[in-house]
Amino acid sequence: MTPVLEARNLKRDYHIPGSLFKPAKTVHAVKGVSFTVEQGKTLAIVGESGCGKSTLARMVTMIDPITEGDMLIDGRKVDIAHEPLTAEMRSKVQIVFQNPYGSLNPRKKIGDILTEPLVINTKVPAGERRDRAMAMLKKVGLEEKHYGRYPHMFSGGQRQRVAIARALMLNPRLLVLDEPVSALDLSVQAQVLNLLADLQDEFKLTYVFISHDLSVVRHIADDVMVMYFGEAVEYGSRDQVFGNPQHSYTKTLFAATPRVDVDAIRARIERRKRVA
Amino acid sequence: MSTVQNTADTKTGGTPPSGLSEFWFYFSRNKGAVIGLFVFLVILFVAVFAPFVAPHSPSSQNRELLLLPPVFQQGGMWGHILGTDAVGRDILSRLIYGARFSLFIGLVVVTLSVVSGVLIGLVAGYFRGKVDTFIMRIMDIILAFPSLLLALVLVAVLGPGLLNAMIAISLVNQPHFVRLTRAAVMTEKSKDYVVGSKVAGAGTLRLMFLTILPNCLAPLIVQATLAFSAAILDAAALGFLGMGAQPPTPEWGTMLAEAREFIQRAWWVVTFPGLAILITVLAINLMGDGLRDALDPKLKRS
Amino acid sequence: MSLLEVKNLTVEFQTASGPFRAVDGVSLKVDEGEVLAIVGESGSGKSVSMLAAMGLLPWTAKVTADVLTFNGRDMQAMSDSDRRKIIGKDIAMIFQEPIASLNPCFTVGYQIEEVLRIHTDLSRKARRDRAIELFQSVGIPNPEERLGHFPHQMSGGQCQRVMIATALACNPKLLIADEPTTALDVTIQKQILDLLMKLQAEHGMGLIIITHDMGVVAETADRVIVQYKGRQIEEADVLSLFSAPKSVYTKALLSALPENATGERLPTITEKLTDAEIFAGAVR
Repeated sequence: MTPVLEARNLKRDYHIPGSLFKPAKTVHAVKGVSFTVEQGKTLAIVGESGCGKSTLARMVTMIDPITEGDMLIDGRKVDIAHEPLTAEMRSKVQIVFQNPYGSLNPRKKIGDILTEPLVINTKVPAGERRDRAMAMLKKVGLEEKHYGRYPHMFSGGQRQRVAIARALMLNPRLLVLDEPVSALDLSVQAQVLNLLADLQDEFKLTYVFISHDLSVVRHIADDVMVMYFGEAVEYGSRDQVFGNPQHSYTKTLFAATPRVDVDAIRARIERRKRVA
Repeated sequence: MSTVQNTADTKTGGTPPSGLSEFWFYFSRNKGAVIGLFVFLVILFVAVFAPFVAPHSPSSQNRELLLLPPVFQQGGMWGHILGTDAVGRDILSRLIYGARFSLFIGLVVVTLSVVSGVLIGLVAGYFRGKVDTFIMRIMDIILAFPSLLLALVLVAVLGPGLLNAMIAISLVNQPHFVRLTRAAVMTEKSKDYVVGSKVAGAGTLRLMFLTILPNCLAPLIVQATLAFSAAILDAAALGFLGMGAQPPTPEWGTMLAEAREFIQRAWWVVTFPGLAILITVLAINLMGDGLRDALDPKLKRS
Repeated sequence: MSLLEVKNLTVEFQTASGPFRAVDGVSLKVDEGEVLAIVGESGSGKSVSMLAAMGLLPWTAKVTADVLTFNGRDMQAMSDSDRRKIIGKDIAMIFQEPIASLNPCFTVGYQIEEVLRIHTDLSRKARRDRAIELFQSVGIPNPEERLGHFPHQMSGGQCQRVMIATALACNPKLLIADEPTTALDVTIQKQILDLLMKLQAEHGMGLIIITHDMGVVAETADRVIVQYKGRQIEEADVLSLFSAPKSVYTKALLSALPENATGERLPTITEKLTDAEIFAGAVR
């Protein structure tokens, strides 16, 4: 079976034009990353700010062109730098952003936000657009009465549900989730993660899940890739990566993640008492 | 943190207020703005219903009553409350009809400069690069001239008259809108919802006009109000200099110009048109301040 | 005697939709050398309650409290200028956005020396030495050189270290850290938390950490207060909170942690709980 997404040696450079006092320079944001994601699976990309994970997301979502390397979606090569994107390819990959307050157009009603992708890419009549948007609203756990409301009337979690619904309107094969729960409260985070899992089961969706939160990644991912300064320093199945990390950076990352189990807390208090 | 906290807090208290009621809440806290709005509405009413409100025709001359003083001065008459001018026309009636011209000028100038300014600003802010540089340098050049002087030159080239004056003032006003729109577009363009729309397949025109533009309107509305009053002032100035509306049009600036020679003998002929301009401009500016309070999110939480 | 004591603190804001109660009857005590964590989700009033206690809220807020004392002195009866003498000297605060908390127009050295100038009577030379000493204590390499840097020349983690150094400038008795690591990466978060804990132990300060992150609570706190929609839900020492939470809300919150997940789906008990049930389940 062809994987939904295959990336071979992806690179992305940014050119910073020089000025009077500074020479022009090139920043290598992503330095040759390869991975594959099978249908219905979740690949988590972990890393800290500036590691190139968001740049990677923008390449996979076909927002930014690839500098070098090949990207295949459903076995078809994509290169937006040289050929225009067809509506069909466009609708195969959609994205959900981190900040639910910035990702919805504040001047548009939820209904219009949801039907926009259909208006642009399909010839579906207005009535059916509305029906599909209503159905999608219910699918992500919102109600029909929310159709005519504006984004500012919703909480962060509800907005993220709307953003997910919008991404799903075109029946994409691949969903890029760029830190989708980082801005949400703990209890809301759990709801959205569950929703994502439900939707994945129902539509056989493929996820590229970008996060810095290892506990969330451990919960949701099938495969994990750890990025560090534009390179993939660790790539493998979740159990491999968490069970037996190879790279020293991965080990540092794991060691830095706060632990909430009772034994760890007890040990910390013991240490504190000894010092005092 | 705390500001984010506050917004979250206020939203949880009952149902969130609708856009209009929230707007009114912030607008009405500015007393000056409410007064300004009231005065503006009165002027608007008077202008629209001028034929019914005005006691006389603005052009009918009463040869027996030349330079009649206003009613509260000795020799004044109730028939001409604010007196008459050098050819015996009723000043109050002329002012009332003049309001029509002033508001009309404001409206046309603002429409012209907003439409052209927003279009150019949108192009500059959206495409950036060379287009942006080219447009912005031209705007800088226009802004480098004293605005009234440039308007004067333009009218001198196009020929005096109300229409040409309006075109000239629009051109002088328009760079402000270009800069404002460009700045707003540049901020909005990098936001996630625009990228999201792009990923959904939205084309350039759709992104520009349907996605980005509606989110840039708040500062433009405020600027438009202020430009409205500036246009009235500029038109009056041009009229005063004989380059705007031509006599016998009862335009306020033109009225001032005609009355110049009577400043010593009949103060009312110059004072009342001047007051009319002052009150209108002040009212609109006050209203603009209130709009800014209500629409500018940066000033809201203070 | 407690360092900071607050009883029945209430904060109301005037908004477009009428008065809104952001904090409702919060009481807390912090002792010297103690680490208290106030944890809650957004809208729980955790930051507002601390800002209110410091008198740092805008005039639209109405703050009332039965008791509000610092080191035995009544903060409500105090004049503004007296309160300002305490805040910044005996009580210091650090915030979530380290880069935004520093003034971009001045060097970090100038900013830390300014604090010393206001609150101490050290000479110019002594201020400089103290600034270098402080930078060393928060682990900033090359302090002499770093003092001349502007905030934008430093990373988020470095800026937070500068903020901590500034906060510690006058040896405060109480440090309030409002989401000190939320904007930082995990590895940097670890460093900053370790630093805070080390300095707290060295100076024997009281430390209040305001956070939404259960991980941060687990790594730092002695005692924890859980807040929800401006009200206090539970207060317990950290071990009993994580091992045997008493209130329904805390239980629900801990079960929603992905680390504690057992199955494919996370339990979402809070979704089904009404506010009334959460408040009824509060343990004081």
